Amino acid sequence: MSEKLNSKIPEGPLSEKWTKHKSQIRVVSPANKRKLEVIVVGTGLGGASAAAALGELGYNVKVFCISDSPRRAHSIAAQGGINAAKNYPNDNDSIYRLFYDTIKGGDYRAREGNVYRLAEVSNEIIDQCVAQGVPFAREYGGLLDNRSFGGSQVSRTFYARGQTGQQLLLGAYAALNRQIHLGNVKSYNRREMLDLVLIDGEAKGIIVRNLETGEIERHGAHAVVIATGGYGNVFFLSTNAMNSNGSSAWQCYKKGAIFGNPSFAQIHPTCIPVHGEQQSKLTLMSESLRNDGRIWVPKKKEDVEKLRTKKILASQIPEEDRDYYLERRYPAFGNLVPRDVASRAAKERCDAGYGVNDTGLAVFLDFKSAIERLGKKVIEERYGNLFQMYEKITDVNPYQEPMMIYPAIHYTMGGLWVDYNLETTIPSLFSIGEANFSDHGGNRLGASALMQGLADGYFILPYTIGDTLAKKIQVPKTDVNHPAFAQAEKEVKEKITKLFAIKGKETVDYYQKKLGHIMWDNVGMARNEKGLKEAIEQIKVLREEFWKNVYVPGTNEEFNQELEKAIRTADNLELGELMAKDALNRFESCGGHFREEMQTEDGETKRDDKNFMYVSCWEYTGESKEPVMHKEHLNYEFVQIATRNYKD
Amino acid sequence: MDFTLKVWRQKSAKDKGYFGTYQVKDISPDTSFLEMMDILNEQLIRENIDPVAVSKGCHDGPVAFDHDCREGICGMCSLYINGRAHGPDDDITTCQLHMRKFKDGETITIEPWRSAGMPVIKDLVINRNALDQILQAGGYVSVNTGGVPDANTIPIRRENAEESMDAASCVGCGACIATCKNGSAMLFVSARVSSLALLPQGKVEAARRVKAMVSKMDELGFGACTNTRACEMECPKRISITHIARMNREFLKAKIQD
Repeated sequence: MSEKLNSKIPEGPLSEKWTKHKSQIRVVSPANKRKLEVIVVGTGLGGASAAAALGELGYNVKVFCISDSPRRAHSIAAQGGINAAKNYPNDNDSIYRLFYDTIKGGDYRAREGNVYRLAEVSNEIIDQCVAQGVPFAREYGGLLDNRSFGGSQVSRTFYARGQTGQQLLLGAYAALNRQIHLGNVKSYNRREMLDLVLIDGEAKGIIVRNLETGEIERHGAHAVVIATGGYGNVFFLSTNAMNSNGSSAWQCYKKGAIFGNPSFAQIHPTCIPVHGEQQSKLTLMSESLRNDGRIWVPKKKEDVEKLRTKKILASQIPEEDRDYYLERRYPAFGNLVPRDVASRAAKERCDAGYGVNDTGLAVFLDFKSAIERLGKKVIEERYGNLFQMYEKITDVNPYQEPMMIYPAIHYTMGGLWVDYNLETTIPSLFSIGEANFSDHGGNRLGASALMQGLADGYFILPYTIGDTLAKKIQVPKTDVNHPAFAQAEKEVKEKITKLFAIKGKETVDYYQKKLGHIMWDNVGMARNEKGLKEAIEQIKVLREEFWKNVYVPGTNEEFNQELEKAIRTADNLELGELMAKDALNRFESCGGHFREEMQTEDGETKRDDKNFMYVSCWEYTGESKEPVMHKEHLNYEFVQIATRNYKD
Repeated sequence: MDFTLKVWRQKSAKDKGYFGTYQVKDISPDTSFLEMMDILNEQLIRENIDPVAVSKGCHDGPVAFDHDCREGICGMCSLYINGRAHGPDDDITTCQLHMRKFKDGETITIEPWRSAGMPVIKDLVINRNALDQILQAGGYVSVNTGGVPDANTIPIRRENAEESMDAASCVGCGACIATCKNGSAMLFVSARVSSLALLPQGKVEAARRVKAMVSKMDELGFGACTNTRACEMECPKRISITHIARMNREFLKAKIQD
């Protein structure tokens, strides 16, 4: 296994690694590209950009998405922006600084080589998107505008109002549409991947369910790219879209691909708080709001009480009675500390009894001083759509009263383990974007997810996949009548039949919500040995109950959303357990992973670099067998390892 | 809050549809419309499980409806609610609608988009592939990945960038088409045409683009625009019909050039 876990990071100085690697990997001639087929699963920023770029190069691409159109993928909901090291504002930004901020923000649990490459290609992404006609925000002089995000002291974030993800995705979707029109890409909508097919240990295709008709289809290729995003919905309540799921990655894991750092989940500090048991999902309020919004709770408990019983409004509490706790604790970064730090600080205040709504789980995000300083019009221009979204959900006007926010699950840093070529431990199986584990370590900085998705899709995978495909130019098209396809299809059908046959007494949502509670309470913002061990047991029990007592209505041969959810929940009931196991193993706090046993006196994370400076790499060993953990040790050749400090 | 729901049920594109009538009770006013639909579905599934309910004829099964992001940006949700696309509130998609906008005890009628270009798949789920096809015909700037100029090489007037962004806010939900008495897709198509026409990057192939997209729209059988402005009224993103005017100008210019 240790041989399989070769990260293949090229030797040499940081700034030369990628250039050197590109010059050494194989390329495929145009005539041979036409003979090669690539499957891309998922059409978010990673999948859409990869499918488009591979189509442009001349490969035969098949792209799959679960929605009615590739444009619906959840990248569309990213609000704030995308980072790049352009240094347009002349504030001393550089590729190195973006690299350093990202490594530090990830709490020294990401690979130097990968992160440097990400920073290196970031500038090309902005050029590409502008060429596609993405309407980024501009200054009156006609040049591009920037703003700031957490974990950074420069302004390097490009944005399109509060809809940056939408605009970037529409750009990638347009590039994809062009390739579909030209016949280089074939698009399969409303299809869900249900298994990966291996022949002689290599990825050769996938089994999908046509969500409209229920038909189980076989698709073969020379390589398969997983771009299906993260698994935050294991928690049930998250900012992910309702249909986002980690099932494709999980199927790959069960076929032998290594899963990296499954416990690394990001909790975003600024989400609209939970209102009740009927809630289906949480809505994010962009991190960009922390450019101008100030986070606070009252200093006095009596004010807290009056707020909870609605006897006073937040705006009536005088300045001197407000605790701007981020500014107090982290003077150098203030409200722009990284997400994990801001989330824990909110939890600390709420746990201490200062939560400002009736559930006690909310803090204020206030624009009063920004409106006084800049005027309402400027604030409206910058965040108008976010303010409108907030008001529609809560019925409170944030120009008058501060927003109420609380942390929620937002992103998963963990995912399929990949080497420098973005290839998993299964040959010819690649993974890009949020679906892989590679670039963000223990915590992702804001505006870096869009950067990574597009970096992987436009500028990295199209090069590195050539290194693998160059070996396949003599390999004929994959025959989907091969017994491996028949076997995989049979197993998928059996699983579906089994789900219908249970005819139990509880709905799918009942189990997913129960799992979500276990995960949030024990594998959420704060974790400890006792809670994690309990969670592992509870999940096992819940999983057994699910397979005995779930009720899935209808049949397979129709549009059946309950069946879709049941298949995903069955996977989540396994994935959740692995997340808890990984969190239990990692007896240190780093980034978003906070083990209560490992904290400093003032409640900051305490890493254990001596024992845990590695990627935990989990290997599936079979049904109801314990998975095996391997380690990929992280070497820091260029960066001085330090305790993260956002105070001075 | 309690509601009576009249929901369009249709097993498949080929089957005949009907209205199912259901009661939901104790709904919080802070619940979103789609969360209320989740509650209805939970109830309908439980009736399927319960032999007593089944013996009384309760076996409709859950209502199929499209949804995903639930924050008004993916464009997946649709629904005609009490005769209006995306329901009674303005400037939002159905997923952003909350039950506080209804009266306690009200009867709410819920139907799919009804338009020849977007046939029903099941219940409230419709087929919007035609929208993808129109964009595939030309809704892009024909540049390959890599080898493009630095992003700040071409200054763009801020007003143009902002107006382009207004048009680019379209989420592709299809409310404009469902609302139009002619079943016209002009607002949807013009949003893309106009967004690119306002930028220097899009100007190079503007003529080719507008002709290709309009011709695909006509080929797919969408109706003509008669300027009723209904589309603009129901657009959750307030896309203006001035974009239709710009598309018409672009189209005319392109035809004259021919």
